[in-house]
Amino acid sequence: MVPLSAYVAVSAVLFITGLLGVLIRRNFIIVLMSVEIMLNAANINLVAFSYYLESMAGQLVALFVIAIAAGEAAIGLAIIIVVFRGKISTNVDEMNLLKW
Amino acid sequence: MVSVFFTYFALASIAAGVLTVTLKHPVHCGLALLTLLLHVSGLFILLNAEFLWAVQLIVYAGAILVLYLFVLMLLNLKTDDRYFHSTYLYFLPPAAIGSLYVLILLFRSPFAGAKGDAPTVAVLQDGDTYAVGIKMFSDYLLQFEIVGVFLLGAVIGAIVLAKTPKPITDKRAR
Repeated sequence: MVPLSAYVAVSAVLFITGLLGVLIRRNFIIVLMSVEIMLNAANINLVAFSYYLESMAGQLVALFVIAIAAGEAAIGLAIIIVVFRGKISTNVDEMNLLKW
Repeated sequence: MVSVFFTYFALASIAAGVLTVTLKHPVHCGLALLTLLLHVSGLFILLNAEFLWAVQLIVYAGAILVLYLFVLMLLNLKTDDRYFHSTYLYFLPPAAIGSLYVLILLFRSPFAGAKGDAPTVAVLQDGDTYAVGIKMFSDYLLQFEIVGVFLLGAVIGAIVLAKTPKPITDKRAR
């Protein structure tokens, strides 16, 4: 029997990995991928607690998180395309204008 | 047997997550992210969440990742020489210390709490999909509708954002 702590630990490690990715990577697309890693870590946590505490609510919230992630990916990638069309690279350090 | 599978899925997903953050080429990062998503779906199977397993495969690995790879190939990015933040080494020691502290705290916590109304035996009797459906369309109906409206807004927003703009000389386009 795998203890709940093991699932929570995996989730914590994945979340910290994604957070580091957001902080240190400079490519906007990979920053978005790191956000997906963090959302997946949260999902593992929700489903693990749903299983060990015998409640269905965790799985439903995880389902909603997946839907939010789909919307976030669509909007984020559309923003990347708009920014790239303005001849700015996808390096987040060079995106320092609110309008042009 | 379950612990063997758990160890495999956990270690593989952590390794894939680290590779997603550290690999240089964006397409390689996308493929590492795919590996991560598949192994996380394996963890969902171990937790009796077959419906979420299917959703993870179809929505995450099937739709979101294809969207990422499509945009990567549309933009045709060159690999940057400097792909990390210039001071990224300063981030690593605090992250390592902080994560170690969090892990120690996690393994000492008991995580007991009030049990809900869906014990494993009852869920397995009719299947996980049935349990999710009954719960979603009774207690979580409002949230379900809100997510539907949100996704509609996201689709419209993405189309409006990524549309080719009209030339600026056309005054009526302002």
